[in-house]
Amino acid sequence: MKRTVIPFGPQHPVLPEPIVLDLILEDERVVDAVPTIGYIHRGLEMMVERVEYTEMGFVVERICGICSFMHGMGYCLSLETIMNVEVPDRAKWLRLIWAEISRIQSHLLWLGLGADAFGFENLFMHCWRMREEILDIFEKTTGGRVIHSVNRIGGVKRDVSDAELAAILVRLEELGKAFKKTASVFATDPSIAHRLVGVGVLSPEDALSTASVGPMARASGLATDTRLGGANLYDQIDFQPVVETAGDCLARVAVRLREVEQSIGIIRQAIDKMPKGEGLPLENRPRGNPAGEAFTRLEQPRGEVVYYVKANGTKYLERFRARTPTFANIPAMIQLVKGCELADVPNIILTIDPCISCTER
Amino acid sequence: MSMFSRSPWILHYDGSSCNGCDIEVLACLTPLYDVERFGVVNTGNPKHADIFLVTGSVNERNIDIIQNLYGQMPDPKVVVAVGACACSGGIFARAYNIQGGIDKVIPVDVYVPGCAARPESIIDGVVQGIAALEEKRKKRAS
Repeated sequence: MKRTVIPFGPQHPVLPEPIVLDLILEDERVVDAVPTIGYIHRGLEMMVERVEYTEMGFVVERICGICSFMHGMGYCLSLETIMNVEVPDRAKWLRLIWAEISRIQSHLLWLGLGADAFGFENLFMHCWRMREEILDIFEKTTGGRVIHSVNRIGGVKRDVSDAELAAILVRLEELGKAFKKTASVFATDPSIAHRLVGVGVLSPEDALSTASVGPMARASGLATDTRLGGANLYDQIDFQPVVETAGDCLARVAVRLREVEQSIGIIRQAIDKMPKGEGLPLENRPRGNPAGEAFTRLEQPRGEVVYYVKANGTKYLERFRARTPTFANIPAMIQLVKGCELADVPNIILTIDPCISCTER
Repeated sequence: MSMFSRSPWILHYDGSSCNGCDIEVLACLTPLYDVERFGVVNTGNPKHADIFLVTGSVNERNIDIIQNLYGQMPDPKVVVAVGACACSGGIFARAYNIQGGIDKVIPVDVYVPGCAARPESIIDGVVQGIAALEEKRKKRAS
């Protein structure tokens, strides 16, 4: 049979970001896919040699504009571990709330892009309209829509008043109600099912052997969630990881749909449990330069992220490294693309929720 | 408005941006800002585009892509550099793989500042881009 090679990307309507996949086809069927990366590589990790550790947090935040809050948080957590800083309680809870809000933001963004990929533009618009509400909350509480810069080593920069938190919760619950309607479209619409059911099935064994993380692994029946470890106050939150068993594209959509509702629940619990009052300490700023090394794991919207920081007692860090969730999910994506039909490639690629700027830094 | 005598179609390319500006570019198309009301369409095809929106800065790998996309766009065309990175390299100017702003490889007509650039300022940049486009069109006609 005649083989055709179709280059997918770097500039492709379905991807806001550049990645190249050389799709090797036999008729309509993809037999192999060769990824090429490097289009967004900036050399961010090496910038630690030129940027002081106190300022590096703002650079780390710009690894990715979608999970920016969590990147900043992970960097600060690592340095707090190295420098033995006790973060004030209220700051920890605020971080948890912002982290969950950014998860809702990211999932709504992705659900929209996913809908756009399977040609349901109306749904794309609905998801992004809801996402604007979340961005509004972010802008009111942090000052930024996508880049927030509220994390500092030792705490957070801004407080959110109790009244404001209560208002945010009301707003999120309203949003949750509106979201139910949109979620039911994803779950019940026959044209969506036609595009997604049984497409790109990742078995639990393959999810394990390709070391998938986050919603990708959870959609294949693996109950992995870094938050279950209980760090960063998650031990005080009552939640169960969202798991689906089908492993196809629709299952990956369903995991994210349910996680939006789960995150609203987590924020409700957090607002309930956090210490109340005005003027509580937010920051415990460390003195001097860090020395030592630390690993930090966080559950980002796309899955587990790992940070490694090594400091040598000067104001410049020796090494900073981030293993981002999309990087972990690429082997599984390549496996899924092999054997699928050409028309399903955009859906499969999008359902891993690729974040190329995270991957390449 | 006479400025909108034609519908400007936009081609968006992500140079080496952190996504922040890209999602703000997309946000311009969605219900809160909705530039499609004015006939501004985000197209994936360079041959259909009038305005080239570039986010992020130039690195070794994407120089050819940016030049290629720019070269494929029909004249007259306008380039809008969105965000601090596209203007000058921004926070990543010191990173080893970043060569600087988009103007190192293609002529830029409008610079939109901000990290990340807000949708309002991106829309403003596009509106200024439309004015520049009209200017170029008139020059060609005369």
